[in-house]
Amino acid sequence: MSGHPMVKSEQVHKSFGPIEVLKGIDLEVRAGEVFCIVGPSGSGKSTFLRCINHLEKINAGRLYVDGHLVGYRQRGNKLYEMREREVATQRRDIGMVFQRFNLFPHMTAAENVMEAPVQVKGLRRAEARERAERLLARVGLADRVDSYPSQLSGGQQQRVAIARALAMEPKLMLFDEPTSALDPELVGEVLDVMRALAEDGMTMIVVTHEMGFAREVGDSLVFMDGGVVVESGHPREVLANPRHERTKAFLSKVL
Amino acid sequence: MPDPEKTPTSAPVPAPRDAVPPEAIKAVPVRHYGRWVSAVGVLVLLGLLVQAFAGADIRWEVVGDHLTYDTVLRGAWETLWITLLSMLIGVVLGMLLAVMRLSSNPVLSSVAWGYIWFFRGTPVLVQLYLWFNLSLIFEVLNVGFYKDEMNQVITSFVAALLGLGLNEAAYMAEIGRAGILSVDPGQTEAAHALGMNSAKTTRRIVLPQAMRVIIPPTGNEFINMLKTSSLVSAISHEELFLASTNVSSRNLAVMEMLIVATVWYLILTTVFSIGQYYLERHYSKGSGRGLPPTPLQRIRAQLTSFRTRSQVGGERI
Repeated sequence: MSGHPMVKSEQVHKSFGPIEVLKGIDLEVRAGEVFCIVGPSGSGKSTFLRCINHLEKINAGRLYVDGHLVGYRQRGNKLYEMREREVATQRRDIGMVFQRFNLFPHMTAAENVMEAPVQVKGLRRAEARERAERLLARVGLADRVDSYPSQLSGGQQQRVAIARALAMEPKLMLFDEPTSALDPELVGEVLDVMRALAEDGMTMIVVTHEMGFAREVGDSLVFMDGGVVVESGHPREVLANPRHERTKAFLSKVL
Repeated sequence: MPDPEKTPTSAPVPAPRDAVPPEAIKAVPVRHYGRWVSAVGVLVLLGLLVQAFAGADIRWEVVGDHLTYDTVLRGAWETLWITLLSMLIGVVLGMLLAVMRLSSNPVLSSVAWGYIWFFRGTPVLVQLYLWFNLSLIFEVLNVGFYKDEMNQVITSFVAALLGLGLNEAAYMAEIGRAGILSVDPGQTEAAHALGMNSAKTTRRIVLPQAMRVIIPPTGNEFINMLKTSSLVSAISHEELFLASTNVSSRNLAVMEMLIVATVWYLILTTVFSIGQYYLERHYSKGSGRGLPPTPLQRIRAQLTSFRTRSQVGGERI
């Protein structure tokens, strides 16, 4: 687990109007690593995740993915905003899974997975379909290929969403509380897919409340609160022996 | 039958398969006397209405003869054309205005706002007259590559299309805006996260979902337009209404010709309603757990269900 840095964050700040949500985030995610972010709601962990694929613009600091600045080009010591097309190109390599799935409801599971490869990468439909079927089989949904999202359970929808992100063959996957909107008995099936993905060596950043998953699968963990990283380390270490008061208070509530 | 009084704590145990099933409930149904009274009342009123019309001095054979009369048919055709073309102008321009209105460019959004403010704020009859009389203030139309007398350009047909179409665009803009706003922003985010650009996201993800919200009121607008197009008679364009009244001024069958016009309007609106039904079905893909059957499918199910009677009353029908 000592790959090159996949994500590097230096003093990242983000404000929404007068409210400062991120107050200087410094962290590094190595290639092949499962990086968990935990913390109370409103701590800025989802916002930080959304900054990584430029769904949110950062106000200060530098954010790199695979050595490239996110959303900007640097020439000399001047920053240039990227054009929409360049941002879209950057995002191709970063898969994202949302808390509320955000599947396209007017498309079947297979069409959801095919959409980006066909529209963005220009893959032929037959080829994309084949890839979609393979990916859906990989997340255990070989028999639901032609179902619409409304015909699937929450856990199945989230697995389709993971397959949809994987279809672009990303080098980094972002998970924004992927199991928070699920009924308790459906959480396991999604975590199983994520665990398998981690075993295949995918670089993953996971915002989660599933401490069990973080302890078992995670390679690193940071605890965020109030827009800063309060504590970081190996998940087992941080979860078992939190050093910081705020971490202790938080963990005592969720464990 | 298991005793309902006991075992409040343990999980309910399903009754054994061979247990005697509970007796079906045979209760006296509630009598809805009010329903009977109101039904009879309404039927009596309907009967009186039919009787009155049967005794009225209407020459029904004149109605029958003129339903397919040349002038009337040409008028109905004209009404259909004006409706289709004005709606085309309305929908295309309206969608453009909707996107402009939602644009982050303040100039575009205020221009769209001003357009909607003007065209929604004035009667369409006044707008028709304004277009028709344009030659009073601009004698010549000169757009560089094309030059002609305004009188020649703005015929009653062109004035009708401009008046109805531009007015409609204002309404369609609001319908389109509502449709676009109804799509969850998470959809746009998901598309962007996959590397799709704004144009593709709008075309492939947002608009198809907005259509579900846009189509029902648009069908309504279509049917409204069929009827509003009768205003064009005021600028003496011979559509269905003017054609019918023109005939009646010759044969003096005023009510008969109005009935002819009424029948044609009803035929046209009915055809449009059926078209709308199938369009809505097309765009409701994935919204429910299965689409309701079309009338045709329902009839087919009825026919086959005569053979398998036990299905009737189940989910088939």
